[in-house]
Parts: sequence; structure tokens; C-alpha cells
Amino acid sequence: MLPGPYPLLSGQSLAGLEIGYETYGRLNADGSNAILICHALTGDQHVASLNPRTGKPGWWPRLVGPGLPIDPDRHFIIASNVLGGCSGSSGPGSIDPATARRYAMGFPVITIRDMVRAQALLLDHLGVGILLAVVGGSMGGMQALDWAVAFPGRVRNVIAIASAARHSAQNIAFHEVGRQAIMADPNWAGGAYPEDKPPAAGLAVARMAAHITYLSEAGLTAKFGRRLQNRDADKANAGGFGFDAEFQVESYLRHQGLAFTERFDANSYLYITRALDYFDLAAPHDGQLALAFAGTKTRFALISFTTDWLYPTAESRRVVRALNAAGAAVSFVELESPFGHDAFLLEAPEMNRVVDGFLRAGE
Amino acid sequence: MSLRPDLAAIADAVPAGARVLDIGCGDGALLAHLRDTKGVDARGIDVSAANVATAVARGLSVVQGDADADLADYPDAAFDMAILSDTLQAMQRPAAVLAELVRIGRRGVVSFPNFGHWRVRGSLAVGGRMPMTKSLPVSWHETPNIHFCTVDDFRALAVTMGLRVESADFLSGGRRRGGALANLLAEQAVFVLSR
Repeated sequence: MLPGPYPLLSGQSLAGLEIGYETYGRLNADGSNAILICHALTGDQHVASLNPRTGKPGWWPRLVGPGLPIDPDRHFIIASNVLGGCSGSSGPGSIDPATARRYAMGFPVITIRDMVRAQALLLDHLGVGILLAVVGGSMGGMQALDWAVAFPGRVRNVIAIASAARHSAQNIAFHEVGRQAIMADPNWAGGAYPEDKPPAAGLAVARMAAHITYLSEAGLTAKFGRRLQNRDADKANAGGFGFDAEFQVESYLRHQGLAFTERFDANSYLYITRALDYFDLAAPHDGQLALAFAGTKTRFALISFTTDWLYPTAESRRVVRALNAAGAAVSFVELESPFGHDAFLLEAPEMNRVVDGFLRAGE
Repeated sequence: MSLRPDLAAIADAVPAGARVLDIGCGDGALLAHLRDTKGVDARGIDVSAANVATAVARGLSVVQGDADADLADYPDAAFDMAILSDTLQAMQRPAAVLAELVRIGRRGVVSFPNFGHWRVRGSLAVGGRMPMTKSLPVSWHETPNIHFCTVDDFRALAVTMGLRVESADFLSGGRRRGGALANLLAEQAVFVLSR
């Protein structure tokens, strides 16, 4: 808990700031080995260790850990839950000291910049001055890019994977589907739902829609095709002619939706998707993204994946173009993967090779 | 690690500490050499993801991209030297790429296989077949090379485009040779150009 008030981009402010975080490894003597890892929309601070709430392993075990490119034996690794989240950081589920009740929709609207500034305060608290690197995928990559814009002197290297410098109309559209699904759930109650009666059905639908955007058509076809859930069904009644989860892909999505409701807060989902929709690094510069990075001394590495249609390669290229125009040291590679946006969380040896080489050269 | 002779000839043309862009940098061998021996600020572009991954793993700043399409992103005179090694003949629009080269770089360095070399001529004139030589090892239907030229062709294009030839180096059998009869005797040519 950091003392407030914490002013936000919207002009509102929070009375105090709570940040859930984890660290791995030790800060070295000259303080030059700190790496901040930023999580995606529904991630958390448990990047490389068991999540106490779900009992599941950390969410980036292929990139972060002993012997891996981001290594607690070499690096001081910091991962925090974003502002607005529901894993220990201030968010709509936090108690508003003014009312002694949960903020719910009374929580101020937040932005990616607000998240990044909260992380900077956490670093102050931890005694970390200049970061060796900020690393993130998806929304985490947006925070990483924003770090270089908001605190250019405080970050030496940025790695943004499967990410973008703005939310596109399509990105916003999918988020709006999710938000409307939550708000259409009678349990949502204008956001004032009791903890034991959340709008689970709405949140599950939001997750189902979003989950499709994390995959690819080829990936879905390979994994499910038109296969039916009941493998024993003979042809005569295979169709079932009903609305149960007939196809495996339906069953999979329903499971994804349901499992999500057990670990995520619906109002947090509203606030974080909103923050993403507002994100556009070029906006303060009349659409000229290069100006956002003017004079930067930070090194950048961007990685995209061939089948990612949520934040497609074209969006990474747009950032690369801007960085080149700004004269920044930038590396970029589009990696082959059939797994769509989620590829950044999966086994990707080429990604590890690029991240490792890039970080070592910047150490 | 010793560089390919044509790359060594290019490296000689690059002053220490220069800002360098290598277009079609492959796995970054030349850039790494320039960084390690001349302390240049090294950047690269290559079309192959595997090459880029290797180059980045070497600690180089390399972007996956296509010289035919992606050079427009760079501001004028962003680099002291823009290098195009053994790549011109694979470009869709070689003249446009050359123009970009001397726009982005205060100087452009271009190396290419000389299609006027006597072995190439002999292969066509006597053998009646598209040549396959040490510097052109791939058969006509597999080769990425779509725009061959001779040393004299290149000089003529430079004149047409109003480019100044600052220097020219020629190689044959992996060794440097003089400029005499280069159009006939050089296997590879390295030109330094400016606007």
C-alpha cells in the first residue's frame, strides 16, 4: 500500500494505491539487472511461481525461470498486478475509504499510463532506479512500449511481444461485446453485485468471445475441427438437434468461460478492457507515432506471430516504422506459429532465442 | 572469423564509428564484424525470420523486412553508410532500391555479381545455357536473382540516376583485382555511391 493521493490521467485520483507484486532474484550491487514483466489483460503477478488462488503454475514458465532468458539467477525480476486488476492491486473490487464499501463502478476509469505510473511507484518503493528491461506480451507489451514513452530515462531495453501501439476498431469492438455481455447479466446490478453473486454468466460469455480472438482459425480447426463432444454418438442421433455443447469447440469455450469466472472479477474486466481501448501512443502527437519515441535511447525488440489476428504483424511493423523514423535501435521479427495471439505464451524456441540474445546484448 | 572476400571489401569502405544500415544483412555476419572491429552503430534488415533471429541473438538491431517495400520508413541521411551486399540482383525494383540507398545513407555501398564476367559470357555464348558459377551457384529456375547486370550496366545506371561513384572495387577468385577490364574479368564488384 503506497500513500495517496494517486492522481490519474482522467483527472480523478485514488486515496491510496495498493499493488500486488512478486519479485524473483536479487538486485545486483549497481542496480543494473532489474527486469519488469508486464502481464496481459487477465494475467497477474504470478509470472513464474504457483498462483495461490488457482493453484496453477506461473503464466510465463517458458520464458521466466532458472536457465531461461529471464533468469532469477541473473536478473532481479519484478511482476506486479496492474492497477484496476483483481489480484492484489487497487481496482473496482477494492474498498473505497470514503464509503467503506467496494468501489465497484465508482472506481475511476484508468489507462495504460496509469498502470505504468503505478509500476514506477512500486519500483521507487523497491529501490530500483533504471530498469534493464521491461518485457511484456499483448497488453503487457503495450505497457512496455508506454514505459519507454513515459519514462524514457528509466528503461534501457523494451521487449514487446504480440502487441501494438494502439487499440484498433476491431479490438475495441470485441471488447465492447465482452463488456455488454457482463452488463447484460442481471447479476451485474450496475456493478454493485455482492462478492458471492457475481455476473458469472456474462463474464463467461465475455471470456468466450475474447478467447476466440486469442486463437487462430487454423488452430481451432486443427484442435477441434467439426468433432462432436460425444464421440460415441452414432450418425442417427449425432446431431442431437439441440443446444447442448454439441461440438467440442463449444464445450471447450464454455469450459474456458466458466473457469475464468472463478479467477477474475467482472468489474476489473470492464475497467482493464476500457484502459486498453483508450490506448493509443500516437494520440498526443496527432497520429504521428514516431514523435512519441523522439530522441529515445532505449533499445527495442518487437516480436509478432504469423497467425495473430488480435494484434497482427502489421501493428508491430507500424511501431517498428515509427522507431526507425525516430532513429531508435530496434529489432523486429515475425515468427511462424499456428497458435494465433496465444503463441507468445506457448513453447516458442525462436522467441526465447531472440529475447535471450537481445537482453544479453543490452546487459 | 574471416569474412567472405566481398564482405571484406565492403567492410574496408566503412569508416570507424559510422552509423551503418545493412540491407539484406543475412545472419548479421558483416554487421557483427563491423561492430566488433570498427565500433559502428550497426542496424540491419533481412527478409528471413531465421536470419533475423540469429542476428538479434548476436546482439544486433535487425528488423525483418523487405528492401523493396520497407526502406521508405527511414528518414533521409539516417545513416553514414547504407550497404546492399549481393542483394541488388534479387530486388523487384533495383533502381528504386538504389535511390533509397543513397537517400537513407550519405553513402551507399553496393556489391553484386558481374554478369559480364567471361565465364558467364562463355556459358551463354558457347554452352548456350544460363550460367552457373561460383558467384552464381543456383540454376535459373531456382535462383532468387531476377535482375542481373554487368559492371558496365551498373555504371550506366549510376550515370542515368545522377549518382556519383566514389570508389569501385573488383574481385575475382576471392581476391581483389584492379579495375582494368573489370567488365570482363571481375566476378564481383563493390561500388561506393553518393548522391
